[in-house]
Amino acid sequence: MENALFEYLLRLGDDSLILGHRLSEWCGHGPILEEDIALTNLSLDLIGQATAIFEYAGKVEGKGRSEDDLAFLRFDKDYRNLLLVERPNGDFGVTIMRQFLFDAYRKPLFERLVNSSDEMIAAIAAKSLKETKYHLKHSSEWVIRLGDGTEESHNRMQDALNDLWKYAAELFYEDEVDATLKASGVLPDMDSLKSEWEQTVTAVLEEATLKIPENNWKQEGGRKGLHTEHLGYILAELQYMQRAYPNMEW
Amino acid sequence: MVISTEEIWGYLEEVFDPEVPVLTVVDLGVVRKVELDGDACKVTITPTYSGCPAMKRIEDDIVEKLKEKGIENVTVDLVLAPAWTTDWLSENGKRKLKEYGIAPPENEPDKSVLFAEPIVVPCPKCDSKDTRLVSQFGSTACKAHYQCNDCLEPFDYFKCLR
Ligand SMILES: [Zn+2]
Repeated sequence: MENALFEYLLRLGDDSLILGHRLSEWCGHGPILEEDIALTNLSLDLIGQATAIFEYAGKVEGKGRSEDDLAFLRFDKDYRNLLLVERPNGDFGVTIMRQFLFDAYRKPLFERLVNSSDEMIAAIAAKSLKETKYHLKHSSEWVIRLGDGTEESHNRMQDALNDLWKYAAELFYEDEVDATLKASGVLPDMDSLKSEWEQTVTAVLEEATLKIPENNWKQEGGRKGLHTEHLGYILAELQYMQRAYPNMEW
Repeated sequence: MVISTEEIWGYLEEVFDPEVPVLTVVDLGVVRKVELDGDACKVTITPTYSGCPAMKRIEDDIVEKLKEKGIENVTVDLVLAPAWTTDWLSENGKRKLKEYGIAPPENEPDKSVLFAEPIVVPCPKCDSKDTRLVSQFGSTACKAHYQCNDCLEPFDYFKCLR
């Protein structure tokens, strides 16, 4: 498949960019000062990762697009992020649950990408892995604290899990893009990725006294550019300056 | 003018981290290489955190400092691999951090260990080991927020990144 590498980089980069943007919406609205700072720190890490990934994606594509062009000047159908990361922030519990499901996937993913035959992907993964370990520690500790907290916080976390669970299956979406990259060793062995995620999720949710929903309805589409209406609103805000004042810099 | 890479390393000792101004970029371990080719000088640096907003500023400051020293032809290259680790902080850098009121990185177990015993970060003011983590994420990406239970000093901890 042609352009598989470019396509994969968009998937990786868009997850970082869109979740990074979502977390930035918490700036000035955190429930406590420490968490306001923590969520924006996570945002900064994710947007930094997106910058490095898009810079490389632009080179791979070879059409002279910069990291900013890729971040700000695509239409909604050209974004390849998971539906999970475009879910609205909701309350702090929803944001934390979304983050936890994502972090528990990102850490083992980067641990595998470190062995990519593509040197640039391996370098970006090595860098991002160190940050992602902190992210997972932060989100899993909060899931436990709130899940095994008061009746109110427990119920909110269970509601968040019930709502987000249908988007979790997409974390392990695979198609011809993955097949092509696996054949060339760009994507190393991913077999145990899902079981590792399940182990982490099960252990933390158990500690948090939360129940994995029995409903196994799956919602996916983001990897193919089919998004929920929420992405449109994100892009309206994210792209506003570049659309209103094309090529602006500061 | 003939200049050596040693002299350039010396000049870089005068470029400070914009966010932790007691540390030079050499203390911080972000300068990976200095190369000379005729009068062209190439400095290779690596970011601390992916989204660290200080990196651009550090690049500009290096160019400006070397210009001030009469080296006009300077390029700064940003490389991601090998990834920066707090093990590259110099001993001198760790000492300066503590004097500045920031606890230097402790030898931490891997972050991926969930439910691990919390690490002990001594207070940089009174050296008490009775301190508590306030938040894993502090004023910048590289710091966590602690408080001393003895002298009550709130302080930053330059967290271990490996
Ligand atoms: Zn103290």
